[in-house]
Amino acid sequence: MDPPSAGGLGGADPQLQRFIEVETQKQRFQQLVHQMTELCWEKCMDKPGPKLDSRAETCFVNCVERFIDTSQFILNRLEQTQKSKSAFSESLSD
Amino acid sequence: MESGFGSDFGSGGGGGGKLDPGLIMEQVKVQIAVANAQELLQRMTDKCFRKCIGKPGGSLDNSEQKCIAMCMDRYMDSWNTVSRAYNSRLQRERANM
Repeated sequence: MDPPSAGGLGGADPQLQRFIEVETQKQRFQQLVHQMTELCWEKCMDKPGPKLDSRAETCFVNCVERFIDTSQFILNRLEQTQKSKSAFSESLSD
Repeated sequence: MESGFGSDFGSGGGGGGKLDPGLIMEQVKVQIAVANAQELLQRMTDKCFRKCIGKPGGSLDNSEQKCIAMCMDRYMDSWNTVSRAYNSRLQRERANM
């Protein structure tokens, strides 16, 4: 019979490890939803009415997509500028 | 004379019953849910205060209260819309990988 793992939380126990991974990912998702809701509310909501009209709903959906596009654009461009910088400095040090 | 075997601790997990991983996981899940609810409430309060309260008076009048109530519902609608849209996007990204 296997002795119970006595490591730190998730340290030795694969079940806890998996749990932590899953919950961490869920939390990242939740945090981003909070953040985007806040941002998109500013852009898409005028006066709160009795329901979310289709124009506002479309705005929210677009807003989410464009936010993620923006995030990816920034990462990509940063990666490009880093690459061109290191190529430059490498040719200098020859 | 027999010593009682009645144990108050659950027999799950191994060891001394103190660090039952199942219990820990449940407790952590509850903590996380509470934290998310607090986050939602805090942002909702901020947004609805901005939308509904002009010059702060001596109390919340009827129109302000109605506005806040509607605002709360619309904020929840928005949150759900964003959650769905984000989820769709993530699935699309994974499908493209």
